[in-house]
Amino acid sequence: MAQQPIRKPTRLEPWQDPAQVPYVRIERVTKRFGDFLAVDDVSLDIHRGEFFALLGGSGSGKSTLLRMLAGFEPLTEGRIFIDGADMAGIPPYERPVNMMFQSYALFPHMSVEQNVAFGLKQDRLPRGEIRDRVAEMLELVQLAPFAKRRPHQLSGGQKQRVALARSLAKRPKLLLLDEPLGALDKRLREQTQFELVNLQEKLGVTFIVVTHDQEEAMTMASRIAVMNHGAVTQVGTPTEVYEYPNSRFVAEFIGSVNLFEGRVVEDEPDHALIRSADAGCDLYVSHAAPAPVGSTVHVAVRPEKIALSKEPPAEADGRNTARGVVREIAYLGDVSIYLVELASGKTVRVTATNLARRADLPVSWDDEVTLTWRPFAGVVLTR
Amino acid sequence: MSPARRLARSGRALVTGVPYLWLVLFFLVPFLIVLRISFSEAVMAQPPYTPLLDWVQGEEGEGLKLLLTLNLGSYLRLFQDDLYVVAYLSSLRMAAVSTVLCLAVGYPMAYAIARARPARRGALMMLVILPFWTSFLIRVYAWIGILKANGTLANLLASVGLVDPSFELLYSDVAVYIGITYSYLPFMILPLYASLEKLDPTLLEAAADLGARPWEAFLRVTLPLSLPGIIAGSLLVFIPAVGEFVIPELLGGPDTLMIGRVLWNEFFSNRDWPVASAVAIALLLFLVVPIMVFQYVQGRQQEAGR
Repeated sequence: MAQQPIRKPTRLEPWQDPAQVPYVRIERVTKRFGDFLAVDDVSLDIHRGEFFALLGGSGSGKSTLLRMLAGFEPLTEGRIFIDGADMAGIPPYERPVNMMFQSYALFPHMSVEQNVAFGLKQDRLPRGEIRDRVAEMLELVQLAPFAKRRPHQLSGGQKQRVALARSLAKRPKLLLLDEPLGALDKRLREQTQFELVNLQEKLGVTFIVVTHDQEEAMTMASRIAVMNHGAVTQVGTPTEVYEYPNSRFVAEFIGSVNLFEGRVVEDEPDHALIRSADAGCDLYVSHAAPAPVGSTVHVAVRPEKIALSKEPPAEADGRNTARGVVREIAYLGDVSIYLVELASGKTVRVTATNLARRADLPVSWDDEVTLTWRPFAGVVLTR
Repeated sequence: MSPARRLARSGRALVTGVPYLWLVLFFLVPFLIVLRISFSEAVMAQPPYTPLLDWVQGEEGEGLKLLLTLNLGSYLRLFQDDLYVVAYLSSLRMAAVSTVLCLAVGYPMAYAIARARPARRGALMMLVILPFWTSFLIRVYAWIGILKANGTLANLLASVGLVDPSFELLYSDVAVYIGITYSYLPFMILPLYASLEKLDPTLLEAAADLGARPWEAFLRVTLPLSLPGIIAGSLLVFIPAVGEFVIPELLGGPDTLMIGRVLWNEFFSNRDWPVASAVAIALLLFLVVPIMVFQYVQGRQQEAGR
């Protein structure tokens, strides 16, 4: 988790610059299938050169949104602009976008070469140019030796590359990718994630990728839009959505999190205090609460930000300090996950890096432990 | 080998043996009988052909001899008399035209059924197959009523002032085309539907995404991918249509020359069984080529489907 920063720190952040005109503008788009609300009033601005991820579970509307960008689904309400042009009524074959399909949708009756050349032939490019471009694309995805093969003679990873090469052959300014790595096994997926990012940076194409895999989104994307029930819940960089989730849904969807319910008792511009029966202590956070004193809120604390010790820390003031009993330990090699039951009955998840060897781990089952975390660790959530 | 395994093995032999026995009894044996008759000579007797093998008494001092008489005259006649060659060619032409008509009518129907909502496809396929529930002969007879002078079609066209009520399509090649196309249409639609229904709609989306207009996507994706269905359907129509007898007999005119009718005449009017058999064998050889093409295509289709 949290493999930041994979992005180079010099990377531009065009969404921070108000003078930038977004390349793709999704304006209050709604899509209904009969009574079912698939996409609910979504507005997004996506900039040139971004690697933008639409992240959500199944039925969250992310794929429908992508299909509307490609032109396969008409909008019920709202408008989509690509490069300043309104896409209303423009069929897929006239849009300046290409799509990589989840199933790859390779033409089974054509060789790899012919698949990649399909869009170029459609544009009636000269024969020599088609040949050069196909060769260039196959070189790019390292499939040149497989040019004459049929799709059914390729492995899953090779098919994925053919699909990518075919969708990039027309040099689109915007590439839509529907679960591009969904059909690959775990090892290949990780490797391909980095390849996709490198490719995107090299070509400078704007990528919009749909995924249900938060790790994939975190690794690849410059920004992530988290979707739930057709609506966008939060848009931000991977760091923002992980460290500063704006809702319980986002906090729980991306990574794991401990949520403590409590009441705001103190609210200052630089800190807030939340009294929580769940945690059995006062929760001190180093930012102002987004809710008035007296209201009920949740405080989210990531498992890796909690320290676990057998002896209570010396300088403890009782804040951000919970006591409990270790109920479960899951040893994952690099880290261990501890499930600690507090006096309130709440179970807290703590991950700790295994600095020592397993036999020497200081904490064991049924040990009474103290959990502490720093003021910056907690995030106050109102929804 | 244990008794249980022996039993399993003989059981397997029995199961696979039944279809072979069927093929031997009802296809190979009749074929050999027809082949045998084609090498006989016609005689006025019962049966109306000479035996191939005969015991003859040899010269003095010699014993019985087994004499094999192969009469190639029937086959020679097929080439000597124009009638047969012309009838073969005419049959091939009529079958080819009917096949093209079946394809032209059947493809849009199969396409529409394959694109219909899944819940509706079953009902639509049922409608295609439904005519099989009525006798083939009755359905062909019904066309007589439609196509004859003052028939349904003539009256309909006359009512809008297009033709005279005495307008008649019956007893012509056109009537035979209509009859064959109508009768064999399901054999075209079924394999076409099977190949169109398998077509992944995202392939068409991919084609559209790469810049293909709907008709371009049809020509470059749908059509080539349904080619196995087109070939299978065409052969299923073409092969039986070449030897068709009932439809040209009932709907065709006196000039409609098809090999099925020639065969009938040789058999029943001329009572020349050897020539009739030779006609049948020659027809079979004619059709073996398309059947082999069919099998080759089917084999390739199965390979691609894996």
